[in-house]
Amino acid sequence: MTTLALAPAIDRVPRRARPVRELLAGTLFVVPATMLLLAIILAPLLCLLILSVTDYEIGAMQIRWLGLANFEKALSDPVFRRAMGNTLLYVALVLPGGVFIGLLVALLVHGRTRSRAFYEVAYFLPVTATLIAMAAVWQFLLHPKLGPVNGLLKAAGFPEMAFISEPSLLIPTLAAIGLWNLIGFNMILFLAGLTAIPRDLYDAAEIDGAGGPIDRFLTVTWPQLAPTTMFVAVTTSITAFKVFDTVAVLTRGRDGSEVLLYAIYLEGFQYFKIGYSAALTVIFLAFMLAFSVFQAFQLDRKVHY
Amino acid sequence: MKAVRFPLPAGRLLRFAGAHAVLLVGAAFMLLPFLWMLLTAIRAPDEILTGGLNPIPRSFHAVENFSAAMQQAPLLRFMVNGVIICSGILIIQLLVAIPAAYALAKLRFPGRGLLFAAVIGGLCIPIQVPALPIYLALAEFGLLDSYFAMMVPFFLSVFAIFLFRQTFRGFPDEILQAARVDGLGEFEILWRIVVPSALPAIAAFSIFSIVAHWNDLYWPMIVIQRMDYAPPPLGMLFFANSETGASYGVLMAGATIITAPLVIVFLLARRRFVQGITMTGIK
Repeated sequence: MTTLALAPAIDRVPRRARPVRELLAGTLFVVPATMLLLAIILAPLLCLLILSVTDYEIGAMQIRWLGLANFEKALSDPVFRRAMGNTLLYVALVLPGGVFIGLLVALLVHGRTRSRAFYEVAYFLPVTATLIAMAAVWQFLLHPKLGPVNGLLKAAGFPEMAFISEPSLLIPTLAAIGLWNLIGFNMILFLAGLTAIPRDLYDAAEIDGAGGPIDRFLTVTWPQLAPTTMFVAVTTSITAFKVFDTVAVLTRGRDGSEVLLYAIYLEGFQYFKIGYSAALTVIFLAFMLAFSVFQAFQLDRKVHY
Repeated sequence: MKAVRFPLPAGRLLRFAGAHAVLLVGAAFMLLPFLWMLLTAIRAPDEILTGGLNPIPRSFHAVENFSAAMQQAPLLRFMVNGVIICSGILIIQLLVAIPAAYALAKLRFPGRGLLFAAVIGGLCIPIQVPALPIYLALAEFGLLDSYFAMMVPFFLSVFAIFLFRQTFRGFPDEILQAARVDGLGEFEILWRIVVPSALPAIAAFSIFSIVAHWNDLYWPMIVIQRMDYAPPPLGMLFFANSETGASYGVLMAGATIITAPLVIVFLLARRRFVQGITMTGIK
């Protein structure tokens, strides 16, 4: 998908044809971007790292250096541990679901001709809809008394389910909404991957005796899709790890639905424990970097195929 | 593919029916929330409270629900705010990213490698990371609760720089050299020759940017307390928590209004829209 070409562009124009004005123009052109880079990414990042080892709170008279105490506190804080556990559980539910359902839908849609446009629209629509508004819709759909989901369950003879009040059901419910929001996106990525597979590979597989749909999938489609699958897995993990919107609307992070970003939001912007929240943000950043490094590593491998 | 043999062989027919069965069940799961939202938005309160499964509303209550939604929350105001914020962010993102991307792609200047490395690094950093320090700075200067506060962290899109650099690199150097020989400055070359050739990439990025910022909740939730600055998602959050009582009809009418703009744009410009969101798969 994204080929990170870190090597500078090979300059085809001879050296002496590059006058001073190129140097001037180049420098001028990057001044706004560089200043913004410093002001809204690098300087804040540095501040964040410094804050994370202090006890700074808004309104506090003095700042004390704490070393790693904030991180130690986080590791033993039951709220943070629940938030971390819930976030990882959420990722564990959304990641395989998002990848395999997205792949299944793409495989099925790819074979359609006349109905393909309809299915693409149907599956992609949730991606376009404002998640906050749709979360309010889901809240109503899952309402124990008024919602149609429980209506259906009761009509089918099942007991009523408290999807958004029973703590043990909260993360699975949020994960289902997350999947609903995400599958269309993954489907499109897989469709692009499927289109890129050369047709003659299938012909070759057929000659080799892999004629059935399952054989063809295992010998051609799955290996050829490996880079796409890896990309989808990483973007899905990152999206899932950042779960926030549905929590903000449906549960406001109450018991059973604490997640990492909501914990950071509460500590930093509601309780104003800046130092502690900064430490949690550093932990969040570490996960983001780990995902990205993993992705870069995978992209690197793709080149050597 | 086109010459459908008739009658279909049993195996193929079965596969065809099986694929459609699975896809239709999935499509129902995807679309039912939208359908139920619309149906509830035109339903009368007493009918909603009985919680029936009847899809067709007995009485048509749309006018009441939609006007109540508009009265309870300044929904149009939220939309206008969304338009102001998204266009402000996008214009500055383009003005900043395009020259930087061109310089990184085609010009040689000191620090180019370092800047590009910083751009790549910046791709891994979501808004939640610099949020605290930026918030503290905005609070220090008394800039919270303003359009500026909502826009400023997004003025620089490292993703735009990365994407446009990839696009500009493919531009033939011979044309640039010819233009230089003709006496055009780098600024003119960029805006009059290179940018017009990169319009598809710019359009794709624009859609990506608008969708991302129209839907963003995290940052507005942090810097905005006053409802008159709220973009649609934050407005929806206020709205969903306010005393709509048990009136889900009004809430669904509000949700319909909030989701409508992007859904309509998507349905009208489907290809561009899908391309914009997915070619920029890194969020």
